Amino acid sequence: MATSTAEIGILNEPILRETNWRSTASRAFKRNPVGAFAGLTILFLVVVATFGPGVTVPVVGVEVPSISPHDPTRLDYGRLQAPSLTHPFGTDNLARDMLARIIYGARNSLGVAFMALAVSLCLGVLLGVGSGYLGGWVDMFTSRIVDIMLAYPALVFVIFFVTIFGREFWTVAVGIGVVLLPGSIRIIRSATIGVRHQQFIEAALSVGNSPFRIMYRHVLPNVVAPIIIIASVQIGVAILIEATLSFLGQGVSSATSPSWGRMLQETRPSWQLAWWTMIIPGAAISVAVVAFNVFGDALRDWLDPRLRGSR
Amino acid sequence: MGRYLIRRLLLAFPVLIVVSILVFGGTRVVPGDICTIVLGVDTSGGGGASQENCNQVRRDLGLDKPIVSQYFTWAGKAIQGDLGRSMVQRRPVVAVMESRIPTTIQLAFMATVLSIIIALPLGVLSALKQDKLPDITARFVTIGWLSMPQFWVGTMLITFPAVWWGYATPVPYEDFWKDPLTNLEQMYLPVLSLGLAFSATIARLTRSSMLEVLRQDYVRTARAKGLHERVVLSKHALKNAMLPVITLIGIQIGVLMSGTVVIEFLFALPGMGTLLVESIITKDFAQVQGIVLFFAIIVILINIIVDVSYALFDPRVRFS
Repeated sequence: MATSTAEIGILNEPILRETNWRSTASRAFKRNPVGAFAGLTILFLVVVATFGPGVTVPVVGVEVPSISPHDPTRLDYGRLQAPSLTHPFGTDNLARDMLARIIYGARNSLGVAFMALAVSLCLGVLLGVGSGYLGGWVDMFTSRIVDIMLAYPALVFVIFFVTIFGREFWTVAVGIGVVLLPGSIRIIRSATIGVRHQQFIEAALSVGNSPFRIMYRHVLPNVVAPIIIIASVQIGVAILIEATLSFLGQGVSSATSPSWGRMLQETRPSWQLAWWTMIIPGAAISVAVVAFNVFGDALRDWLDPRLRGSR
Repeated sequence: MGRYLIRRLLLAFPVLIVVSILVFGGTRVVPGDICTIVLGVDTSGGGGASQENCNQVRRDLGLDKPIVSQYFTWAGKAIQGDLGRSMVQRRPVVAVMESRIPTTIQLAFMATVLSIIIALPLGVLSALKQDKLPDITARFVTIGWLSMPQFWVGTMLITFPAVWWGYATPVPYEDFWKDPLTNLEQMYLPVLSLGLAFSATIARLTRSSMLEVLRQDYVRTARAKGLHERVVLSKHALKNAMLPVITLIGIQIGVLMSGTVVIEFLFALPGMGTLLVESIITKDFAQVQGIVLFFAIIVILINIIVDVSYALFDPRVRFS
């Protein structure tokens, strides 16, 4: 019994060997410079979103000051100043510094997207692995839920959702997460069905593992690649949905922390007068989404060589 | 084929019923008092007369009954094509929607056609010239299209011509059947901003699907027996590569429907999307219910059409 479990353990050993991160990084740069650059861009955006507005590190109690040169809510910088050294991204129609608003807005735009992704993936793994492995009525039930969710146009659903539950950070994130959910259930479910009939599952079953242990210990590690791939696609979609929602005036309602989509909504009257009020928030959104998409492509090549160069 | 179609239509009903319950239940838990919306007064102060009016409004709308019976009343009427009255427009919901549907359908249809026209040649070209300059360019461009918010592309399409040439599309919206030329001039920018992102998704899948098919043995056989490359591509490769693409187009139509909401709003087109945003802002929930139900029905129908159209492209699909 013990030996057979150990042997199965060998079968499940992760394919990726542990290596020095520095050599991994340099190899990644050599093999796919564009993907690695996208990864760096993502890292930069995440750092800006986390530390940009200034944070107090929990436990240690160290206060990190804001990296923003200006206060995003101050209204006295002069209306529609073109980009200059003091205001690198110019000022908007309410005389606020755009750079400061981009930095503070990153937290809403990216934060909502990350939380939505977390919701989508957590539920997606539970329902996808569960329905794919258990089959039967669980699968039937989950598939119908997916059908129902797919019948709702995404944006219409999110607007409806936030109208009901309020326009808070968490409600917007959960609403977008629910929209992404059917996609992740489908992908994770089909990946699970792909490994369900393989021999190592049969072996694990024959030594008396419970279905839940098999799902957790044997199925889950084998569907990590599709999960990472779908995550990289969904994060871009989530950023776009958040931006659209905010542009329609249905996003997170908070006076102090803007979002990139809402900046576009607020500056709408001045687009023709001042090009930067239109270009800069949109470019911020696009750069973030491009970075995630390109990085996702690179990840896919790396994790699933069979799909190299496809999609 | 006929039996399969009937089965699919029957299976769509439970989905539709659950969607309708969600739509109906959703609007009932929205915070906000119905009589504030209908009477346009704030009743929280609680004047005697307004309280009475309030009860009257509730009774008229049937809101004093239990919610389950309200649902059945609503659903029963909905089956007969009566979705209630819009509280803001003071007209039947269906009548309001009827005037708005053609614009949305036209927008969605034109955007789909445009994106297919762009995407298929682009995807095939990209697959044939894999890792060469055309492919790299195409992948670069499609990732860019995918990553720009549609409304932002639309924004730039409105703003830059206006700033550079003082160009603006004609303002009062014209129906296609009344004045096709003016209508098309009003439509091409929204169609472009909606269609580009859509075409990027399709082009990427066409490319990968083509690449996969081109590696298959039957393509090599077709080439080996001396068929013209054009025949190999169109008859053997493209037809087989289209299957996943059709599925994707079907799934993406739901996404496209969402896209129409923001694009219509941006270009001030009087379609269902603008109506939805307006109705949500004015808290006209009978109208919201009607619109969401409409969108859901369209998506369900398109999914059925996609499944059925599989047969036209793949005789192996046996409809079991």
